[in-house]
Amino acid sequence: MTAFVVRRILVNIIVFILIGIGVFLLVRAAPGDPVRMMIRPEDLQEGSEAFIQGRREELGLNDPILVQYARWFLDALTGDLGSSFISRQPVSGLLAERLGPTILLMSTALGISLLIAIPLGTVAAIRRNTSVDYAAAALSLGVISIPSFFLGIVAIYVFSLQLGWLPSSGMSTPGGGGGTDVLQHLIMPAAILGLAGAGPLTRYVRGSLIDELSADYVRTAEAKGGSPARVVTRHALRNSLIPLITIIMINIPQMLAGAVVLEQVFAWPGMGQLAVRAVTQQDYPVIVGFALYVAALVLICNLIADIAYAIVDPRVKVS
Amino acid sequence: MDDNTEPLLVIDDLAVEFRTDEGVVKAVDGAAFTIDRGEIVGVVGESGSGKSVTAMSILGLVKSGRRVRGAIRFRGRDLGTLPAKELRSIRGAEIAMIFQDPMTALNPVVTIGRQIVEALRLHDKRLSKAAARDRAIELLALVGMPDAAARFKQFPHEFSGGMRQRAMIAMAIANGPSLLIADEPTTALDVTIQAQVLDLLKVAQQETQAATLLITHDLGVVAELADRVVVMYAGRVVEQGDVTTVFTAPRHPYTVGLLESLPRLDRDVDELHPIPGSPPSLLAPPPGCPFHPRCPLARDRCRTERPELRVVGNGTAVHRTACHFAEELAAVPTEVTR
Amino acid sequence: MSDLRPSLDTPDVAAAEEVVAAEATATGVRTQRRSPAAMAVRRFKRNKVAVAGGVFLLIILVLALFAPLIAQQSPTAVDLGQIRRPPSGEHWLGTDASGRDVFARLLYAARVSLLVGVFAALVSVLLGTVIGAVAGLFGGWVDTLLMRTADMVLSFPPIVVIIVLAGLLGPSIPILIIAIAATTWPTPARLVRGVTLTVREREYLHAARVAGASRGWLLRKHIVPAAMGQIVVVGTLLVAQAILAEAVLSFLGLGVQPPQASWGNMLNDAQSLTVIQSMPWLWLPPGLAIAATVLAVNFVGDGLRDAVDPRQSGRS
Repeated sequence: MTAFVVRRILVNIIVFILIGIGVFLLVRAAPGDPVRMMIRPEDLQEGSEAFIQGRREELGLNDPILVQYARWFLDALTGDLGSSFISRQPVSGLLAERLGPTILLMSTALGISLLIAIPLGTVAAIRRNTSVDYAAAALSLGVISIPSFFLGIVAIYVFSLQLGWLPSSGMSTPGGGGGTDVLQHLIMPAAILGLAGAGPLTRYVRGSLIDELSADYVRTAEAKGGSPARVVTRHALRNSLIPLITIIMINIPQMLAGAVVLEQVFAWPGMGQLAVRAVTQQDYPVIVGFALYVAALVLICNLIADIAYAIVDPRVKVS
Repeated sequence: MDDNTEPLLVIDDLAVEFRTDEGVVKAVDGAAFTIDRGEIVGVVGESGSGKSVTAMSILGLVKSGRRVRGAIRFRGRDLGTLPAKELRSIRGAEIAMIFQDPMTALNPVVTIGRQIVEALRLHDKRLSKAAARDRAIELLALVGMPDAAARFKQFPHEFSGGMRQRAMIAMAIANGPSLLIADEPTTALDVTIQAQVLDLLKVAQQETQAATLLITHDLGVVAELADRVVVMYAGRVVEQGDVTTVFTAPRHPYTVGLLESLPRLDRDVDELHPIPGSPPSLLAPPPGCPFHPRCPLARDRCRTERPELRVVGNGTAVHRTACHFAEELAAVPTEVTR
Repeated sequence: MSDLRPSLDTPDVAAAEEVVAAEATATGVRTQRRSPAAMAVRRFKRNKVAVAGGVFLLIILVLALFAPLIAQQSPTAVDLGQIRRPPSGEHWLGTDASGRDVFARLLYAARVSLLVGVFAALVSVLLGTVIGAVAGLFGGWVDTLLMRTADMVLSFPPIVVIIVLAGLLGPSIPILIIAIAATTWPTPARLVRGVTLTVREREYLHAARVAGASRGWLLRKHIVPAAMGQIVVVGTLLVAQAILAEAVLSFLGLGVQPPQASWGNMLNDAQSLTVIQSMPWLWLPPGLAIAATVLAVNFVGDGLRDAVDPRQSGRS
């Protein structure tokens, strides 16, 4: 077991380094000169060409690519991801202050997903080919077909502009505040993100519960005199939810993609909003920082998924 | 409360059908037999003979199948028409089941102890957790589980196949049932373990005085344990009677075939006679006697007229067969199997 | 053995027919009536939802192709005297912030969205087929490396990867197509690898290889035909994914760039509350167009899956 975990961690570190190299090379291949990027066009004048060459030399941009990579890699190891071309602030700090809101949004959405998917998937599995089952199927198909940003716009139109129930953007009211204020801002983006995540999760719960319900031990539980509710919750569902941590971990990166888009729609001050702004402004250091954060998140989720799968199931434990 | 004029369990003209894409499968087609208090009855037949579906039907555990005819009366009450809640109060309490494959019949993520405790507490709400635990450990010890207290906390995958079946038996006798249904209890086990589990079944039966319905394709198991035997073929009972009578003087060609296909110590291997042909399609069973395509005695009447179960012989025990020409078999001397 | 078996083990008649038909074609006997493809078409036609999706897509396709004939206005003609006008006889769906006709833009945008969707899916399937076939045919460390890479790529959310790629390489339609293909190829690759492994085991292929056939020939003559049905299914579902990806990226301003219209970038304006509040003609039509089209493609894809592999049918 320990050997397995250590091996998985090593593999993930190697992959992370490879992704780092890839991102680094992409940035170097990208059009545009980083030094020119840092200078406002209106400041460009006679003699600035010499200045730019000087800056390039200073920044080491004229060094061999390998040297540049080594320097970048060592800096990144110490947490130094450079500074934003636009705001001149350190990238690590910019990302760190955006991490909290994104985690809040995603964890709330994940909770909503589970609250929808587990009961809905369970009922759909027990009452196959009934209206509940068809509703669950429609939800799954709907959320993979309707873009979440469009749902967001519709939600803003209905709940903010027509009904006036919920704020349409940001994380808190300027000047106002408190937990309920944040909660009101959180509801719409988290609900839409949660709904999107609930689709595949419901399918999973339904499918695996149907498999478990035909298992022999379910018949044993019925033969013992257990009620249908007890047989499902204490026996079948328990078994079908064993890989749940793994399933959740696999879904988190997909949820991140949804969060990036919805943060833009609802002006939620998270990493996604930062990243989209950085991309439109060609703020390479921030884009790179974001890419590394995402890669780390995905790899950590994969790692947890693998390990959890090996640990949680008592059947896997011995073998 | 018992209606003492009727046997403990009466299966009366039971018919169970399954709808499939190709048509209706008649898995059980008019099965009828009874079990008395404390009696061990073996039901034998090939796969597809309807023996397991019959057993599962008693507790209403056949999921996709539909009971189209007949009744299953337990202590005079028709189990098929009981409200779900009343049926559940019988399941695991008055009638308990032991399943074929102990590898899959136990919940893999619940400890053995909790599974037995669940069986106990489902039928005795006043039983405290501690008392149920003590009782479960007692039961595990009773079925010959060494170190029962430690085993109580373990998961099924930490048990060997034989030990799992012991736990399954402990769970089945937990509430002192008056009827035990054992569906191929030894088929999934190693030959060496089979004998131990059979011995244990005997002990459990003596302990609880429960009537036992033993479903098996293994005539040896029936010979060793059962008082009476019911032979099923294509969803029907073709012969029944006490074990000695049926095995020494079978009156149905199918039973004769089953006995002749059995390897025996007093016979050479090349004298084994498997029954020619294969079991009939349950989608479109042959007209007349369902066994006629494989029967050495078959003639025109067998192809058109379906034989009903009737009393044969003149022994003290009741011996019935569903063969038009049973008397011809009486003339053929058959060897004693035990 | 449980007696339930006869009811459970009975083989699907349709599947059995298909096996017979497949074997007939495999041995070179042409069966006119019951080729697997013809049977799949027949099953697909019985699926009403899938057929409805297909008809809807045909209509969209016709509207996109004949956009110049249907739209009275130019999709790019700026009229600053007529900005953000509500729907009228002249402008059926009103005008946008630059005074361009929304209806015309909607039709022309269908071209871009469908084009990106289909091309991205096509590139993805081609890439996946080659990688999957190479992995399956070569085996060994090549297979391990390619499939590990596929697993890794699959665990990254495409939208985020595309955002980063578009950010670093600059937004454009070719980058969009390449980026979508680069993040979605593992699905067809896994499929083709699986088919390759099965096909490779078959007797006739052993014979073919002994006869000195090249791997490229195996790919064209045996693997691709065997995997075709499933490739079409995966490809269709990828089209839906690609249309959505284009919409998201263009909505964020990282995909198709104005003045060229795409459904996604038409929604770009709807990031302002004023537009959402009082100009629903600007965001409702493209939003509905995306949702309906993607839904239709998914219907068709699901229908094709059930038609190609009837044993998997009955929703999963």
